[in-house]
Amino acid sequence: MTLQSRHLLGLEGVSREEITLILDTSESFKEILQRPIPKVPTLRGKTVVNLFFEPSTRTRISFELAEKRLTADTVNFTTSSSSVKKGETLKDTIRNIEAMNIDMVVVRHSAAGTPLFLTRCVDAAVINAGDGMHEHPTQALLDMLTIRERIGKIAGLKVALIGDIAHSRVAGSNIRGLLTMGAEVMLCGPKTLMPMFVERFGVHVTFHLEEALEWADCLNVLRIQLERQDKGLFPSIREYHKLYGITLERLEQAKRDVVILHPGPINRGVELDSDVADSDYSVILNQVTNGVAVRMAVLYLLSGGNPSIE
Amino acid sequence: MKPIDQLLIRNVEIMDLVGRQREKADVVICGDRIDKIGQVDFETFAGQIIDATDHLLLPGLIDMHVHLREPGREDEETIESGCAAAMAGGFTGVCPMPNTEPCCDNQEVVRFIKKHAETQLVDVLPIAAITKGRAGNEITEMVDLARSGAVAFSDDGSPVRNNAVMRRAMEYAGMVDMLIIDHCEDADLAAEGHMNEGEMSTRLGVAGIPNAAEEIQVARDISLARLTGCRVHIAHISARESVELVRRAKQEGVPISCEVTPHHLLFCEQDLVDYDTNLKMNPPLRSAQDIAALEDGLKDGTIDVIASDHAPHSVEEKDVEFAAAPFGVIGLETILGVVLHQIVDRQVLSMEEALYRLSIAPRRLLKLPVPQIHAGEPANFSLIKPKDTWIVDVKKTRSRSRNSPYDGMTLRGVVTAVVNKGLIWQPNF
Repeated sequence: MTLQSRHLLGLEGVSREEITLILDTSESFKEILQRPIPKVPTLRGKTVVNLFFEPSTRTRISFELAEKRLTADTVNFTTSSSSVKKGETLKDTIRNIEAMNIDMVVVRHSAAGTPLFLTRCVDAAVINAGDGMHEHPTQALLDMLTIRERIGKIAGLKVALIGDIAHSRVAGSNIRGLLTMGAEVMLCGPKTLMPMFVERFGVHVTFHLEEALEWADCLNVLRIQLERQDKGLFPSIREYHKLYGITLERLEQAKRDVVILHPGPINRGVELDSDVADSDYSVILNQVTNGVAVRMAVLYLLSGGNPSIE
Repeated sequence: MKPIDQLLIRNVEIMDLVGRQREKADVVICGDRIDKIGQVDFETFAGQIIDATDHLLLPGLIDMHVHLREPGREDEETIESGCAAAMAGGFTGVCPMPNTEPCCDNQEVVRFIKKHAETQLVDVLPIAAITKGRAGNEITEMVDLARSGAVAFSDDGSPVRNNAVMRRAMEYAGMVDMLIIDHCEDADLAAEGHMNEGEMSTRLGVAGIPNAAEEIQVARDISLARLTGCRVHIAHISARESVELVRRAKQEGVPISCEVTPHHLLFCEQDLVDYDTNLKMNPPLRSAQDIAALEDGLKDGTIDVIASDHAPHSVEEKDVEFAAAPFGVIGLETILGVVLHQIVDRQVLSMEEALYRLSIAPRRLLKLPVPQIHAGEPANFSLIKPKDTWIVDVKKTRSRSRNSPYDGMTLRGVVTAVVNKGLIWQPNF
């Protein structure tokens, strides 16, 4: 079995079989990552460009490391959208880079739909590393891998996403992926940070954390962008923490073996208290480790790789 | 485009949109006037003869909402190229919006536009700004602007935010019985939205513009029209709630009117699934429910006019990531075809009612003379073959821009000639 698309633009339309294939392949790569020399020649001779139009540290490093572990040649292009705006168009930028003979593009951009736009400009395979408020598929894949690793399954699980759902591409991909895999999804956050008509995806929506805590097997706590407060989307960090912050005390309302995820970077003491982040509930560092494996699997499968790695 | 000396249009079906009658006749035009309507012996006629069997002759169409980009963005459109697109679309009149650079907020710009349009077949009837620099603070010299040839006032694209300024503008424009045209959009609610707010914007991860952003300003304008007695026209109405507000205000006798574009009738938010920037417009494409309400509004007369909001943008500006693309699409050449193919064929309106909204209704709102197809009257008409179909090829557009959402679409109604100001234009087939 292989992936249907040459690109990974999102988890919309990606089947259960395909997600399972990516997760299974990730596990094989994870095993490779634990070897003394954690490197395979799978993508030798292939060139991958990491095109980051938004500041990012961990996702870019994770992709870069995944590429290096696969022996690909990597180039980083990092810039802020505004400086690109002044100069050449995105289409020109990408076509110039492609003229240097590249095979794959990993792109992050503040505008939703940009990865799809790039597929119309170039022949290279495109991987979405986060587009606006739309999707961030590798993050959802690594979240699902981490959940599956910890609990042993995804189907039938109850996963709550907590926080700023409206602006979160992590939520965008998690909702799609988890539903495809047969999990139930609940969204919890203030109404000002909840997207319109999101219940039509087939998810539960609540504004009350208690409800999510009692219900969920897993809590995926999203990062709250502090600048949202400046736009008046919630009144204060204090009240946000009071209503939606995950504390050890509140976890007493949750299931005893609840699993806590966070895509990082954490605002400690805002959406997640330190003693929770560093507790046994937390699988946050496993997520980071799994991120490299998942990205290796995606790069490998999109480069035309056969599911049996060696 | 060439001058008319003697022209005979044979065997044409004349469509009287005011009297709602059709008659078959021969029409003779001498210079800029209709000389005779009736039976003419074509064998002895010395002049150009058009055999117009199967053609309709309509009072010249007028598009009361276009952007010609001159002065300022001649790379996107000029008065000349915009008029060429208008003729190809069957129009003898267009009203360009004032968001040029410099903006049309003073007599000089009105005169510039009128001077550059002098030799055109198409009447170019500028709409001047409501406020200086379209900045929303101080009203323009409206009486002077009206005297120099402006036919209405609008800050299209950057609607007047301050309710007191809008009130004064309406009072002042009302003195000379001029129409105020408003692009209704609450700037705070629309904020950084790029498409309709709804399930689709959530799916695509694109910031949305809610119906309420339009509805609130329509309600404001109705209140102020009631207060001031000024005639107010809502541009490109898109939300079902707005249609209902206008309907009720009209019943009450408030001097309010509105227009709809063909793209708001034909496309909906679901069509944005591939982030096509040629479907990015403001107001945004709404939902199927809104389209149904717009159709009802056309049927019961709540919506007075159909206009294109022809908005040329360069390929470089549109061929970018969705959020970076400007709003707007071109539409002068396709509006008649879309109206016949979609509005008439889907039985939203009869042919007469649809064409009335493209010809008579806008002229009445703007207090412009309505072309009469009678002997002795100025010859201002369009000739179309209503049953013929054609396929839109954006590469062949007369506009300087290519941002059409209709490329490749089959439309009905082929323009065979337009006549105005003693000039005739016929396409080269």
